[in-house]
Amino acid sequence: MTLFIEQCLNGLQFGLLLFLLAAGLTLVFGIMDLVNLAHGSLYMIGAYFAATFAAWTGSFVFGAVLALIATLMVGMAVEVIAMRRLYGRDHLDHVLGTFGLILFFDEAVRLIWGPEGMSLPLPPWLNTSVQILPGVQYSAYRLAIIVVTLAVAAFLYVLVMRTRIGMLIRAGASNREMVGALGVNIKLLYTLVFGLGAALAGLAGLMQAPILTVQIGMGENILILAFVITVIGGIGSIRGALVAALLVGFIDTLGRSYLPDLLRTMLSKEAAATAAPALSSMLIYLLMAVVLVVKPEGLFSAGNK
Amino acid sequence: MSEPLLQVGNLAKRFGGIIASDDLSLIVAAGELHAVIGPNGAGKTTLIAQLSGQLTPDAGHIRFAGNDITSLPMHVRSALGLARSFQITSLFLDLSVLDNVALAVQAHAGHSFRFWRDARREPELRDPARAALARVGLSARADLPASALSHGEHRQLELAMALAGNPRLLLLDEPMAGLGPEESARMVEMLHALKRELTILLVEHDMEAVFALADRITVLVYGRVIATGAPADIRANADVRDAYLGEAEVAHG
Amino acid sequence: MTPALNLRTIIIVALVAALLLLPVYSELVGNRFVLTLFTRIVILALAAVSLNLILGYGGMMSFGHAAYLGIGGYAVGMLAHEGILSGFVQWPVALAASALFALVIGALSLRTRGVYFIMITLAFAQMAYYVCAGLARYGGDDGLTIYKRSEFVAPVNLSNKVQFYYVCLALLLAAIYLVWRIVNSRFGMAIQGARSNDTRMRAIGFPTYRYKLVCFVIAGTLCGLAGALLANHTDFVSPATMYWTRSGDLIIMVVLGGMASPFGPLIGAVALLLLEEVLSGITEYWQIILGPLLLLVVLFARGGIDGLLKQLTAKVRS
Repeated sequence: MTLFIEQCLNGLQFGLLLFLLAAGLTLVFGIMDLVNLAHGSLYMIGAYFAATFAAWTGSFVFGAVLALIATLMVGMAVEVIAMRRLYGRDHLDHVLGTFGLILFFDEAVRLIWGPEGMSLPLPPWLNTSVQILPGVQYSAYRLAIIVVTLAVAAFLYVLVMRTRIGMLIRAGASNREMVGALGVNIKLLYTLVFGLGAALAGLAGLMQAPILTVQIGMGENILILAFVITVIGGIGSIRGALVAALLVGFIDTLGRSYLPDLLRTMLSKEAAATAAPALSSMLIYLLMAVVLVVKPEGLFSAGNK
Repeated sequence: MSEPLLQVGNLAKRFGGIIASDDLSLIVAAGELHAVIGPNGAGKTTLIAQLSGQLTPDAGHIRFAGNDITSLPMHVRSALGLARSFQITSLFLDLSVLDNVALAVQAHAGHSFRFWRDARREPELRDPARAALARVGLSARADLPASALSHGEHRQLELAMALAGNPRLLLLDEPMAGLGPEESARMVEMLHALKRELTILLVEHDMEAVFALADRITVLVYGRVIATGAPADIRANADVRDAYLGEAEVAHG
Repeated sequence: MTPALNLRTIIIVALVAALLLLPVYSELVGNRFVLTLFTRIVILALAAVSLNLILGYGGMMSFGHAAYLGIGGYAVGMLAHEGILSGFVQWPVALAASALFALVIGALSLRTRGVYFIMITLAFAQMAYYVCAGLARYGGDDGLTIYKRSEFVAPVNLSNKVQFYYVCLALLLAAIYLVWRIVNSRFGMAIQGARSNDTRMRAIGFPTYRYKLVCFVIAGTLCGLAGALLANHTDFVSPATMYWTRSGDLIIMVVLGGMASPFGPLIGAVALLLLEEVLSGITEYWQIILGPLLLLVVLFARGGIDGLLKQLTAKVRS
């Protein structure tokens, strides 16, 4: 039973982390109509920056904050130098151009940090477990991730729904020319939105770094999940991204934990051992396929929330 | 009195808070040119979209040539003889003018699962295409890319494509849009010639053209029909004058 | 349609001639590596030709095309592993498996458009990657070695590198011709119309979904053939062949060479792979150059190399 609770919390934590990533992606697409494959690269850079700054300053939190700022700046620089020229173009152009950026970033990271990858160790006060229920211990760090991502989600909600900037963001999504005509500096707005997306990606990257990995190519791996979530949730919808991310997080985590056992009750041991990993990987794609059949625009389409 | 070619009954369509079609009913008899007019936002293009199958109505029904077509997909309606032109030019800009019309012919020439024969050399496709181009006066431009044509010629090409399938009913969505006085006059002449050969539902803002061509007129305001009848009756109708014709005098250029 | 004698045609003919004579050159110079490199180029060109059909002519931005390289390859690899070495069994299975995958994925994905379509094809291809990586019996992540190449009837012997090269080249040229005939047929016009303006196509009476789906299946099947060839060429197959960034490489080849042109994909494959060879000789960080280069091509030379050739030819004429 404790294992089940732990897995549920893991699913929640994974889902929330994915939400950070997907939110940035869907925001940029919803507002600027830009498909950004290099979103995963920003996720990777966040992790690398965090590992480096934490080592330099000797403090995990300090390193994380610096990494966040650095990723934000890189994001805004990328927007000004490269993304601006892609607005309004064919989506194929976006895909190709940002794919080129992936190649560039992967190689640049390899040049600067070397091919080996890095590690980001946790400070002792986070590298412990907490008792959340009688008899149930859970990693303090994973709890921290849950808390931070929920706080960010709340912040995003307030930002988009209750502030003037959020209103501009929502307005910009539905009518670019109008917002421009109102005297709002669209260029600046776009740069900030892209920066926000980059910061979200970087935050996700640096938070998962201590528990998963810091290596070249990590962005490409996770980007797929972000895409699946965006498809399931509906492009442009942050609420959709949250729901879909939680769904994906739970199904993937619980599926990987319990599917092998489930299969073993139905198939022979060898067959189960062969099928289990493949099938577990397929689960979220099956979910995506089901959503596509039932509602091709995604669960919460075009509702810019 | 035979069944009308097109019968629209109690059509309703809303987009969120906006009512585009409100209990809309109208009848188009075979052989007539029926004009639909109304101020901007009256729901004219939405009506055409529902008739052609681009949009599905929330309520109501549409009968064409005795068939209930309310939820039929676009390509099936086209096969039944319903053709439409677009208000905003919607052509195959990267293909040649002749290719554009040939595609419209091909749509009605059986299935297209033929993988080997060069389609640009098939007389069954090319000849009717050239004929349609001749009908609208674009023969000289046949081999140019469609993107090279002027706006007026685009409107003519639109018409050629709609005609290529030998439709029974032609839905024309503002064919005069953006045309200068000379081109407009030519378009009116062409439509006049077409009138004898098929049934036309014409959505237009150009009042001169409407009153020159229409056998009957329906007036739409905020998605509702406020008047239907012969041109003279419509011109005399007080409600219509208040709602629209005054505006139109100023609006049309 | 006889090709005009102009600069562009001359260059393309020269390219094909060079490819035909390559093994001769390789023997004379005693450089085996060149033959291996160009076999790979020819096989990937075949994959690019198949992608051009749906991407260049059909406007379907599939980001999961590398999946068929893997499926075709695994068909050959798995059968070889189980002791079935006959090419007459392996290759039809490779084609059939690719066709089936394309049918299912296409049926689901083509219900969407634009960005959704890109993301979905990408996701499904990645799913195939994970499935193959999970097959422990067939090497999983590490891949599967193929000890013997597909066997056909004598005198065909694919272990002979020169013979194998010519088999691949023949299939490539046949594929280019096949695609050329398809895109100029009624079917091809329907596909091109759907690319140009899908709404208009449906308005004039084409059920575009079914044509796009058939096109998708043809392209997938053709790429499955390339996958079978690739597996034979490398004597190895692994999930890495299907990783989604490999689909990106194929798209680069098509765009770089020139979309919607019969020889564009071949030009693109040659250009990209030769560029890789040359650049990696200069620096091991060559992708830092390739990345921004791609962005520049997208921004300024969208018609690819073939497009530039056309422009050049027009200038030379005047």
